[in-house]
Formats: sequence, structure tokens, C-alpha cells
Amino acid sequence: MAKKIHLTLNVNDEHKELLIDPRRSLLDVLRNDLELRGAHRGCDSGDCGACTVILNGKAITSCMTLAADCDGDTVITVEGITPVDGLHPVQKALVEEGGIQCGFCTTGMVMTAVALLDQNPHPTIEEVREGLAGNLCRCTGYKKIAEAILSVERK
Amino acid sequence: MKSFDYFSPKTLSEASEILSKNNGDARMIAGGTDLLLKMKAGRLAPKAIVNIKRIPDLRGLTFNSHLTMGALTTLEEIKGSPIIRQHYPALSEAAATMASVQIRNLATVGGNMCNAAPSADLAPILIALNAVAVIRGAKGERRVSLEEFFTGPGKSVLGVGELLVSLEVPKQEGRSIYLKHSPREHMDIAVVGVGIALQKNSARIVLGAVAPIPLRAKKAEEEVMSGSLTKERIERAAKIAAEESKPIDDVRGSVWYRKKMVEVVVKRGLMELVNSD
Repeated sequence: MAKKIHLTLNVNDEHKELLIDPRRSLLDVLRNDLELRGAHRGCDSGDCGACTVILNGKAITSCMTLAADCDGDTVITVEGITPVDGLHPVQKALVEEGGIQCGFCTTGMVMTAVALLDQNPHPTIEEVREGLAGNLCRCTGYKKIAEAILSVERK
Repeated sequence: MKSFDYFSPKTLSEASEILSKNNGDARMIAGGTDLLLKMKAGRLAPKAIVNIKRIPDLRGLTFNSHLTMGALTTLEEIKGSPIIRQHYPALSEAAATMASVQIRNLATVGGNMCNAAPSADLAPILIALNAVAVIRGAKGERRVSLEEFFTGPGKSVLGVGELLVSLEVPKQEGRSIYLKHSPREHMDIAVVGVGIALQKNSARIVLGAVAPIPLRAKKAEEEVMSGSLTKERIERAAKIAAEESKPIDDVRGSVWYRKKMVEVVVKRGLMELVNSD
């Protein structure tokens, strides 16, 4: 057994203290210790983007991040951007523009898009497509997802 | 994944000491995007993991007489940095060809070098730009031309207890370019990567993914320097570069195909540099 280590995280504006096995990924800790199941485990190798969360302001694949490496860091998950009584503009746009089918990739898409729009509020279609290169979707064919993200500023 | 001891040193000397004590059984982690994949697949099982992300000496991006990039500079920072985009556009373009934004926000230039994958995208362009690796260990600091840094697939000149601290890139007078050939535009490694830097009195052509280490095509460089860069000379240089490459057959391409693509990509790169003058 690996020696457990102390981990302090700020997750969705809440202070969390944990004792974890250093082998565990940030995704695993978010889902299983903190019961935040919005970030999904897809490929578990950084290719599909379903596990995307925002770490210190930047979109990252939480499956490819050791939780231990994030000590003292700030994490925002899809639960953190979703208002209690409604949807984030990106979520609303995906619903209204038909950018959702099975939904497995959606939370990762949302987090990537939120980080993208945060840095670049008026992206071109090419910038949106390039920004979503690390988020795989087997249902929609991407067109409506990209269009939804472009439509956010109009909403 | 096998269990390991976890360390998060705050200084270079502390990190170096932990690495030395573990005598080669310890691995540094920065972005982790290569290391964790190998550990998850069971191809690597280090006894200790040393998180180097909390070491301030490994950070920073400054430009005065040359560019100094801390080893922890992320690929996304290289892609987006106004300094790099202005003075070394080919370097930020090379970073932009890599992975996805999520991975680029994690992965570091130091990791891309120290993992020493033959296909590492930043290696050919950094070698073409004549970068120097600044290395520190128990015995102090040493500087190695990045061209000499790689010794084989996954291998570099770093000794036990040594860390890559930063990369220094001299100011460029001429033009440079990085071209990557891979089946997909994103999320794929290079079948052939070519970094070219043309200066007034030198030409550096560096090939990635077609030899055990990033390879300078020195004969092709000589051809480029032997006279004015006509279309015929460029075609000859590209053919020579293909002859100099030493690719292997693998799932991404055969030896024949890779050599052919070296010729195509070197020609394309030189033509672009000539036409942009």
C-alpha cells in the first residue's frame, strides 16, 4: 500500500481536505470522494475529453492528472458552473441548438467551451473547432455542437 | 498501477536529492501526459514519483538577448505567448499542432524533451533554432546543445539526479518553420516532423519521427547553403534529406512512405520559407 497523502482542494468554491492514495487521478477523487459525477470517465487516457474540468482557470483532462499534483489548486467542475435553478448559457445553447444526443461527452464539451469562451469570448468557427479537438462525440457529428458554442454570445 | 512513494519538493536541490537517493527508480512528473499513460498501461512502475511542478526555478518565460523557457512552460503557453509568437512563430506553430487544449494545458516543454520520443514535435524546431538545454544536478549546472541532448528513444543525456531546468533559444535573424505530417490534424503524433531554420550564414534542417532521435539532415543543409535557393536546389536538398533519414516501419507508416514524406515535407518547408521572403 502506498502511503496516503493529505490533499487540499478548492472545488467549486468549497474548501476540501482529503487523505488519498497518490496513485489516484483527479477524476477519480472528484467522482468517488467528492461525489461530483459530472466529469465522466471515457477513455482514461486523455484522448476523449469527457473528463474535462477547469484547473486553475484552464481546461484539462482530469483522468491524466494525479490528484496529489493538485494540492492547493482550484477546480471547477460542471456542477460548479450550473446554476441551481437553470442552465449555464453554454448548456442552454447546446440544448437549444441540438448539440446533445446521448450526453456522455456533453459535460466535457461544456467545460472546454466555458474555458474557451472565457479566454476568447468571440471565437470564429475555426477557433471553436480547434478548441474542441480534444472532445470526442460519437452521436452528433460535431456540427451542432460547434454551432451551439458560436451561438452563445447571441443568447 | 503499482504503488509508489510521492514527493513534492519545493527546490531543485531537494528534487535532485530525492532522485539520487532512489537511484534511477524515481520518475519526475510535470504534466504527466506521457508518464501516466505508461504507468496506467503497466509499461512503467517507478518506486517514487517526484512532482516537480512546485519548483519555482523551473518556471518562467523571458526574452532579452535570447529566449529562456522554464522546463515547466506548457505547450499552450508556447502556443499563445506573444513573445514566442513574435520572435519564434514556428515554435508556437509547432506547439499548436500538438494534442488538444486540455493536454497542452498540462504537458510541458521539459516533458516533451525528457520523454525523448522520436516524434516529439518541439524537438526538431528547437534544434533547428539552435536551443541549449540547461541542466542542473548535485554537481551543479551544465549546458548541452539540444542537438546533443537525445541519445535514443526515451533516452537523454540526463544523469540520475539531474533535471532539465530550462531551454535557451538564441535570437533569430532569419526565418523558420515547423511542418508536421500526420493522418489527423489534431490529437495525433507526427509521421514526419520537419523543423527548418534559415539564417544568413546557416541552414538547419531537423527531422522528427524518422530516426531514433531528432535528426539533423546535415547533407541537405550543405546543399541548401551551396548556392541560391532555386526550385531545383530545394528539390535536391529534399531528396538528400530523405536519404539521410532512418525511419522504421510501424503502424503509422512504412520506411518507404516516411522517406517519401520527408522529401515532400522538406521541399514544402523550404519552398514556403523562400516564398515568404
